[in-house]
Amino acid sequence: MNTIALNLKDSRTMLRRNLRRLERYPSMTVLLIGMPIVFLLLFVFVFGGQLGQGLGEEFAGGNSGRQAYLNYVVPGILLMTVAAAVQGTAIVVAMDMTGGITDRFRTMSIARGAVLGGHVMASLIQTFIGLAIVLVVAVVLGFRPTADPLDWLGAIAILGLFGLGLTWLATALGLAAKSVETASNTPMFLTLLPLLGSGFVPTESMPEGLRQFAHYQPFTPVTETVRGLLTGTHIGSNAVFAVAWSVAIIVASYSWAIHLYAHREPA
Amino acid sequence: MSDWAIAVGGLHKSFGETVVLDGVDLTIAEGTVFALLGPNGAGKTTIVRILSTLIAADAGELRVAGHDVDADPEGVRAAIGVTGQFSAVDDLLTGRENLRLIADLKHFGREAASARVDELLERFDLVEAADRHASTYSGGMRRRLDLAMTLVDSPRVIFLDEPTTGLDPRSRRTMWEAIRGLVAGGVTILLTTQYLDEADELADRIAVLDGGRVVAEGTPAELKRRIPGGHVEFEFASATELAAAASLFDGAAADEDRLTLQVPDDGSVASIRRLLATLEDAGVEVEHLEIHTPDLDDVFFAVTGHATAEEVAA
Repeated sequence: MNTIALNLKDSRTMLRRNLRRLERYPSMTVLLIGMPIVFLLLFVFVFGGQLGQGLGEEFAGGNSGRQAYLNYVVPGILLMTVAAAVQGTAIVVAMDMTGGITDRFRTMSIARGAVLGGHVMASLIQTFIGLAIVLVVAVVLGFRPTADPLDWLGAIAILGLFGLGLTWLATALGLAAKSVETASNTPMFLTLLPLLGSGFVPTESMPEGLRQFAHYQPFTPVTETVRGLLTGTHIGSNAVFAVAWSVAIIVASYSWAIHLYAHREPA
Repeated sequence: MSDWAIAVGGLHKSFGETVVLDGVDLTIAEGTVFALLGPNGAGKTTIVRILSTLIAADAGELRVAGHDVDADPEGVRAAIGVTGQFSAVDDLLTGRENLRLIADLKHFGREAASARVDELLERFDLVEAADRHASTYSGGMRRRLDLAMTLVDSPRVIFLDEPTTGLDPRSRRTMWEAIRGLVAGGVTILLTTQYLDEADELADRIAVLDGGRVVAEGTPAELKRRIPGGHVEFEFASATELAAAASLFDGAAADEDRLTLQVPDDGSVASIRRLLATLEDAGVEVEHLEIHTPDLDDVFFAVTGHATAEEVAA
């Protein structure tokens, strides 16, 4: 077998292991997917009526009040789902690191990247399950996307690409953490970023400074791209920035994670 | 050099300012069990971690199973098996799944993998527990599973870092038997332990490690010969008899509180018969006698000048 085939085989083995672990430790998945659903309900039913009034025609698209806001906020909630799910990645990776099992893997001749690759693939699958559940809840609440199949494919692709970046980032954070507790806290800032971007309200309504930050941080172009694909708002250059940010985060986080894995002190 | 399963020359390792290994040399012949014996902090685990490619040495010529540890870590990894101090099993998987995971990572085919897994479950007495999560296993079962995982692809060189620490005496015996079984199969084992009886029991050769250096090396018998300490201890009913007995032997040490007398002796039947005859001729009655052959505790004290970790802690 050549190197690539071996790498795929080992990654598949590790993926199988990690999926089995997720299946046997469901409370974490439930908790991580529950969080964005709570935010969705909170923002739509508590704040949505009022917030919907303030949306310009660009986003309201003929709806008003709560219905307009529901359509607006769902992409933000989807991004929050991705950010919440990768918190689980950091925890699972750190759990593995602090136990002896990773030291065992590191003394075995396993294809480079397969151990972490297995974590990342399993997390990504978990993220997509989370996204599907959140979308179903949104549709039940009345979310009505205008996307055609190609738009859906585009939205899945960009969420997958950005999700892959955040998952590698969380993997690196999990590796860098000294304990499982730290690992569960460090990626938490990621779940705040949809709020400090265009996830919940248009960035134009924010004060100077915050607006600049919100405008340029990576969650915003991704949110705008997903929003455009699902509900037909203007995308413009956001798609390019969304892809560029995702690729940059993947490359940087992957290199960081692989370095940490190779040089980590044993448990 | 090719006859050595493990060859270590001039191994140095520091963590920051702390020197952990200060020029260690070791050669371990193929098919033998070599014990690294030393208290906590002596550097045993660091040696295992370096030789098993987990951490890099600062300096040293290191070869394991014919591969240079620094230049060809993958070659080393393919040839070794490691059972660390901390159990390296996946708690959320069953015993069978843990073994299967390793078999898959070692690229066994489907049928070969399940045959090997069944064989190891059988050999390590885990058949009944095979389909329970490892989190429900007892300490001894976890260690056995851990060792079984190490053995999946029959590695030529096996590292066992304190394989019985924290186990109850019965589980310890079971581990010892398992380790002896491996040796019969011709593999080379590097074992670390703080238990002197364990090294004595299992090892062909022992290196005593203290403060990052090898302070003594040899077979258990050689190490024992290096130190005096063999004696027979007699116990008497009264101080009068103790005094009478003490006057019969040169170099005997009397303990007047315990009414005992220690007489230097190699512990052989002939010499004990002689000692008893001498006492009987003098009309001294012995209540009780105990034969003390030098053990590795004595060795440790003799070569390091201080007691072992357990005694220091106590």
